[in-house]
Amino acid sequence: METPFAITLPVGTSRANHTGSWRVERPVYLHRLPPCNNACPAGENIQGWLYHAEAGEYESAWRTLVEDNPLPAIMGRVCFHPCESACNRVQVDEAVGINAVERFLGDVALEKGWALPGPGPETGRRVLVVGSGPAGLSATYHLRRAGHAVTLVDGAAQLGGMMRYGIPAYRLPRVVLDGEIERILALGVQVRLDHRVEDVAAEREAGAYDAVFMAVGAQIGRRVSVPAGDSARIVDAVNFLHAVADEDPPLLGRRVVVYGGGDTAFDAARTAKRLGASDAVIVYRRNREKMPAHGEEFEQALGEGVTMRWLSTISSFEGERLVVEKMALNEGGFPEPTGEFEELDADALVLALGQDTDLSLVAEHPEISVEGGVVSVADNLMTGLAGVFAGGDATPADRTATVAVGHGKRAARGIDDYLAGRESVTAPKHELADFSKLNTWYYADAPRQRRPELERVRRQGTFDEVILGLTEQNALFEARRCMSCGNCFGCDNCFGVCPDNAVMKIADGEYEFNYDFCKGCGICVAECPCGAIEMVPERI
Amino acid sequence: MTRVPIRFYQVGSFAVGNRLLEDEDRTVQSDPQRTNSIDSGHRACQGCGEALGARYALDAAMRATNGQLAVVNATGCLEVFSTPYPETSWRIAWLHSLFGNAPAVATGVAAALRVKGRDVRVIGQAGDGGTVDIGFGALSGMFERNDDVLFICYDNEGYMNTGVQRSAATPPAARTATTDAVGPEPGNVFGQGKDLPRIAMAHDVGYVATATVADLHDLEAKVERAMSLRGARYLHILVPCPLGWGSASSDTINLARLAAESGIFPVFEAEHGVVTSVTPIRRRVRVEEYLKRQKRYAHLFGTQPRLEVIARLQALADANIARYGLVNDETTNATLED
Amino acid sequence: MLTQIEGSKAIAEAVARCRPEVVCAYPISPQTHIIEAIGAMVKRGDLARCEFINVESEYAAMSVLIGSSAAGARSYTATASQGLLFMLEAVYSAAGLGLPIVMTLANRAIGAPINIWNDHSDAMAARDTGWIQLFAESNQEAVDLHIQAFKLAEALSVPVMVCMDGFILTHAVEGVDLLDADLVDRFLPPFEPRQLLDPANPVSIGAMVGPEAFEEVKVLAHLRLLDALEEIPRVAAEFEALSGRASGGLVSGYRLENAEVAVVAMGSVLGTLKDAVDARRELGERVGVLGVSTFRPFPEAAVTDALGHVERVVVLEKAFNPGGRGVLASDVALALAGRSVTSVIAGLGGRPITRASLERTVGRAVAGTLPAMSFLDLNDAEVAAERARVGASEGVAR
Repeated sequence: METPFAITLPVGTSRANHTGSWRVERPVYLHRLPPCNNACPAGENIQGWLYHAEAGEYESAWRTLVEDNPLPAIMGRVCFHPCESACNRVQVDEAVGINAVERFLGDVALEKGWALPGPGPETGRRVLVVGSGPAGLSATYHLRRAGHAVTLVDGAAQLGGMMRYGIPAYRLPRVVLDGEIERILALGVQVRLDHRVEDVAAEREAGAYDAVFMAVGAQIGRRVSVPAGDSARIVDAVNFLHAVADEDPPLLGRRVVVYGGGDTAFDAARTAKRLGASDAVIVYRRNREKMPAHGEEFEQALGEGVTMRWLSTISSFEGERLVVEKMALNEGGFPEPTGEFEELDADALVLALGQDTDLSLVAEHPEISVEGGVVSVADNLMTGLAGVFAGGDATPADRTATVAVGHGKRAARGIDDYLAGRESVTAPKHELADFSKLNTWYYADAPRQRRPELERVRRQGTFDEVILGLTEQNALFEARRCMSCGNCFGCDNCFGVCPDNAVMKIADGEYEFNYDFCKGCGICVAECPCGAIEMVPERI
Repeated sequence: MTRVPIRFYQVGSFAVGNRLLEDEDRTVQSDPQRTNSIDSGHRACQGCGEALGARYALDAAMRATNGQLAVVNATGCLEVFSTPYPETSWRIAWLHSLFGNAPAVATGVAAALRVKGRDVRVIGQAGDGGTVDIGFGALSGMFERNDDVLFICYDNEGYMNTGVQRSAATPPAARTATTDAVGPEPGNVFGQGKDLPRIAMAHDVGYVATATVADLHDLEAKVERAMSLRGARYLHILVPCPLGWGSASSDTINLARLAAESGIFPVFEAEHGVVTSVTPIRRRVRVEEYLKRQKRYAHLFGTQPRLEVIARLQALADANIARYGLVNDETTNATLED
Repeated sequence: MLTQIEGSKAIAEAVARCRPEVVCAYPISPQTHIIEAIGAMVKRGDLARCEFINVESEYAAMSVLIGSSAAGARSYTATASQGLLFMLEAVYSAAGLGLPIVMTLANRAIGAPINIWNDHSDAMAARDTGWIQLFAESNQEAVDLHIQAFKLAEALSVPVMVCMDGFILTHAVEGVDLLDADLVDRFLPPFEPRQLLDPANPVSIGAMVGPEAFEEVKVLAHLRLLDALEEIPRVAAEFEALSGRASGGLVSGYRLENAEVAVVAMGSVLGTLKDAVDARRELGERVGVLGVSTFRPFPEAAVTDALGHVERVVVLEKAFNPGGRGVLASDVALALAGRSVTSVIAGLGGRPITRASLERTVGRAVAGTLPAMSFLDLNDAEVAAERARVGASEGVAR
């Protein structure tokens, strides 16, 4: 074609004009810390595993999950999911059902028999883990992955600690517990049961362990002095639940009163109902707002017929008469006696007033500091005695299984550093991907998928699991509700919305800026749904 | 028209693409092989909505026609920033003649292609000035003859290329260089202007639709629908202008979204003069949310807000919502709280 | 073979034989009979592979052709007077884009006051558009020029305007020899566009050009127009070889041998003028006529050559530039620098140009009594009275 001069121009010529020189700010991709990850005591990369789950790649999802937590089927049942409280989606509709998806992945893994990542190359170093609760199991797993030999000891007859002896089976079926423990043991762990460690240093020396992780939990139920007659049946919740787990439940009668307001009180009351109690009453000295038990536990218990007696303390338990004193909250929110008394009929009283740790194994070692009944530890969870680490309920932290799992990982890392003669350093956290960083327009409106629950009537006499799992379809849907806060999930928005075609799409989820043409308008940042791009001042 | 909504895929329903979607469910813009009808190196302002809207529409048309497309462009920003000698940004067959004649030139191109027996489709395009004002006669002629042209108006509500003067598409109360924000009735006056989509519908053309750069799936579906039909068709795309509207360059898409979500800019489609579908408002907002982000409305806010003017604008938005039925059961804030 | 046919219908037949692919027009007197006839042919199916488009204005008509020509179709329209002015922006655009559109201009006066009759004001208004402007003396020449126009336009990629006097030619029934279609086909090959709006080879046509190249663009267009001064005689010669008829070309002289006085004119007035010159020759005056067929590009050299020996030149034309002189007269005066060129404006708004008046004018030219500028058959008394009424000084340049 003979084109005329100047008025007719060939394709591609404008690319000689590098409009990038107009720019005063440049967009850059970044990772921000999703609030769920930030809130997870176990340090899970929740957004990361949801990314795989929403693609239906459940094994990849599970493998990402178990990078941090080897017990997803358990945590998917017993974790109180602070991730969901932190979830940005709360401000759109409802939190993503992270816990339900975690359980789904955990259950699929058990069903498919997926193995945890294998042990690392053997280092020849030996570590003693005392206590096989979530902290001990988690530490065992991470230590084996690092290639250290682990001896796991527990004073009980079976592994699992409070997950077995504290959490009732209707919340955590034993087949699930056993399955996830077995998977850790398959990494090659020496186990000693029914073995109580009397002195940590002596045990270490006797076994020639290079390091010790103490995860002994809090197994001693706190008692209060209740004036009681000889015939009054008073048990503490820890022992009660332990006995039930051993399939040797004590006889409590038809009318059971539980004293306390924590999750254990509700576990005890709900267990009592399942053992045949017609009345299960929880007596708590403060009110609903002050009660430490988690809301779900409370709702479940009420649904099962457990009743509450708020603002009450137990004065005495004589015969079948239990006397409570009504309390009133003072200005500081603390309960004060009112001098008003009431009587309740009761066959047994279960005390659920908190637990203490048996720290006799460190009693001889003043360098291991104990404050407020728990062991003081450094950031890497090492105690004052070099090579001896502690975690879980025996250390100052929230006493939840998830915190314990996180401690296990942290301790394993600390031990690994210690054995390598390295200083433990904590990697700096990314900036938080808070709600203001998101553009939620692009997220489809999608209500949360509910987990089905066992019919009420079937909860009366059985320990069948109450909360059921999501179907695959629902789990997939739920995973896809994740907004991927702070991390690119390949939505192509930046690639699409650039008026200057200055974003190059290399592959699905992989983009690069073409700074030759990017004018720095910032639309890509404004329209990135998940806040994974930021503008930074141009180097001039 | 019935459109199968994209299955729920995290953000897939509203974002440009999604790794989880099948290719055919992704937008044209998510395709690394998209035409990029308007290439990098063009001289549009930062955050130009028109550059974006043109690429969105034309890339979609290129896909719909398998690349057999010729485009006629009126004079205006789009033409000026894309073809300063010796550089053109157009990667497609493109012709520019004058400001007011793009519809007629497009008619001629279509006639030539028909007589030559070539199955090449034709799009005419202009800004709002070239459409509702100076090109209006030619466009009306193209409509009534039912010439086989899709005409696209990239509406940025004023003569931006010449320095932001008022057009018949400038909304009431907006400040332009010829409707200054002074006097008892600052900005553009109420009761003027042309509603081109409805005028097009009155011509009984086969397809009329509105769209914004904020809803790409919707826009592309409309282009695809338009290109599946023959005869005169009209697509009116709202393209915010950071320069003329006094908005942040990063806010272009957001403003288009707020225009639609407030009801200020109704998004719908019509066939042969009858509205056949509307794009419902998802999260209804008050007009202030849209207005306050633009300096052309700054005189309505500040220390003594012109509440009565804002109320009149809200009434216009409400009237659109009522006329087209833009609010449905799924709309958040279906009734705005006072 | 001669056919008695109205000029407009003859043009329609000639255009049809050029196989236009897109014809688009808006009605305006005195062009209407041309497009009516073409429209009927398309409607009947006599003109195969042709789109006939009725548009809402002349502006649209020319714009449609800009599109159709850019897309590779042989494109034609006809207009006149106000219509040309209304489309003028697009007329410039067509030339600027180098689109070989052919347009008939049925010359008509321009208002206000509105007047539907013939003069050349409309053609003069389009003088600087960059189009080739050809003027027909007769319907036969108009027919022949249209066939040549397509060939010229497409060879040079420049639009061509064929000017023929409204009513005087368009509505006159005369004997016209219409070239057979197969001869036209032999003369005029199918349109091969120089540039094409084509997705297979996409280009941007109509880019914006700034100060850095605009002048060069304009000079190149000017030079291409000057190329037409060679192409036009070549095409005319080829046409003559085919048809046996001399039509068009740059200029045509009549009885210029040993002429002392020559009258230069364009269009249908040349016939009357030749009669007047014949009469003056009978009186022994050495007078002749130079007909200008190609007005733009202006054939300066051809005019100089034809009038090299002539002492006094009179330019008789149907338009003028108010406040100045005759438009053609100015061109001729430049070509004949230093010689006496007087300007006679005639036939404005359709005022009849009679042989008697022309004879008188030639006589005055021979006598040397023609003023530098004069208006033929002007009612001087009326002008003087009106001037007096409004208190202006009397008289008109003559």
